[in-house]
Amino acid sequence: MPKVTFIEHNGTEHSVDAEVGKSLMQVALDNLVPGIDADCGGECSCATCHIMVKADWLDKIGSPSDAEDSMLDLNPEREASSRLACQIEVTEIHDGLTVDLPEFQF
Amino acid sequence: MSEATVLQMIDHEAKDVPLEDIDVSQRELWVQDRKWDYFARLRNEAPVHFCKDSEFGPYWSVTRFADIMEVEANWQSFSSDPAITIVDPEEDFPLPMFIAMDPPKHDEQRMTVQGSVAPKNLKNMESTIRGRVQKVLDGLPVGEPFNWVDRVSIELTTQMLATLFDFPFEDRSKLTRWSDVATGGPETGIVESEEQRQEELLECLAYFTNLWEERAKQGLSNDLISMLAHGEATQDMSPQEYLGNLILLIVGGNDTTRNSMTGGVLALNQNPGEYAKLRNNPTVIPSMVSEIIRWQTPLAHMRRKATKDYVLGGKTIKAGEKVVMWYISGNRDERAIDKPNEFIIDRDRARQHLSFGFGIHRCMGNRLAEMQIRILWEEIQKRFHMVEVVGDPVLVPSNFVHGFTDLQVVLHTH
Repeated sequence: MPKVTFIEHNGTEHSVDAEVGKSLMQVALDNLVPGIDADCGGECSCATCHIMVKADWLDKIGSPSDAEDSMLDLNPEREASSRLACQIEVTEIHDGLTVDLPEFQF
Repeated sequence: MSEATVLQMIDHEAKDVPLEDIDVSQRELWVQDRKWDYFARLRNEAPVHFCKDSEFGPYWSVTRFADIMEVEANWQSFSSDPAITIVDPEEDFPLPMFIAMDPPKHDEQRMTVQGSVAPKNLKNMESTIRGRVQKVLDGLPVGEPFNWVDRVSIELTTQMLATLFDFPFEDRSKLTRWSDVATGGPETGIVESEEQRQEELLECLAYFTNLWEERAKQGLSNDLISMLAHGEATQDMSPQEYLGNLILLIVGGNDTTRNSMTGGVLALNQNPGEYAKLRNNPTVIPSMVSEIIRWQTPLAHMRRKATKDYVLGGKTIKAGEKVVMWYISGNRDERAIDKPNEFIIDRDRARQHLSFGFGIHRCMGNRLAEMQIRILWEEIQKRFHMVEVVGDPVLVPSNFVHGFTDLQVVLHTH
């Protein structure tokens, strides 16, 4: 099973097993990683599962869809590496993925 | 349809009215708080329901959580233009505002101001807000009845709004008045005529135009007027569009949180077991805040217009038709929320409610609203054993603003 790491804003790392086929948002919730609200339950409609992908992973992760892009735009603290965790489906290629969590969800 | 032939929902039980005649927009249902059974019936029997005639013309009601999410997520098929409430805009007094626009203009205008309530700014505001809450609560009478709406809910939200606008503090009651006038037509008793309403809103515009001119001359600062006056997407707005956006920010920051502040007091009184839970464990407050916002649903609906024929829940909504998403109903949908008709301050997944809307128009001030209500309850619990409701609540006569004009309470100290 791929291993992914979430790093909280305060530096606390959570390395967890990520089930293939689940979204990264669900993986965080399943493993009680704090800092993901997921108010809409994974519908790309609230932008409260905001994460920042580590630079060396950006190419593999790909770019957000138009719908995700619109939602990310609502957040004034958006960065170039920002994604919504609910829109990233875990596959085998994600083994070793590391993402940062923002200080606050918008 | 003439007045005489309109079937009045209030005169009947929800189960007795033919489905096709149900009109949940009727004001009396809201004044007397009788809407719940009608919504339950629509959710069960006609979750996407067409009302062929009403005071507001024909409209579709969407009443289930999942269907509302579908409409929210699909702004290409369901436009927010030209209005976001069931009431059609006055043709001679249009009020363009970004919540009632589609991308790309919506995005540009919203982006100009949303930084004001970004989480990082909120952190800086927390101590100011707490200081004000403490002052307001410490000034309340103990052991004698007073109106919680006026003394606490309106006072706190108006102070907050004045801060966000950097609005002259001594004039802040004007903001409350303009908020009420903006959402209430003559039928609510808030104003006597549409002319009076427009006159007062133009006074609002004149007042804010002075502030605009003052802020435009100075450098960009962190208040909403300055952001609008300096923002690329907003600096050339017409006066009517400036007024529209002001009203959006005033109502959005005022009429909503105000009613959650009151609704929480009422809900805890109606559920003494939950009030006891709160007393025993104040750490439940953040979760309780979300539950209060779900329970109250301070804005009962949002409206869209279909841009193309669209099949929702097996019904075909035709291009151009009015679609009303009843958040207040979706928030009581047992298909999405466990025991939705129970007020449970420590419920699981408390944040998954519709009150802030979803998609690109999701409430911009949601985190500020949560913070204000959280601080209020933290400070109430430090001071009072109980905020006891001693009179029947008086509701706002509106199917949009779901709130209170009067809630008599008596404070009991520890």
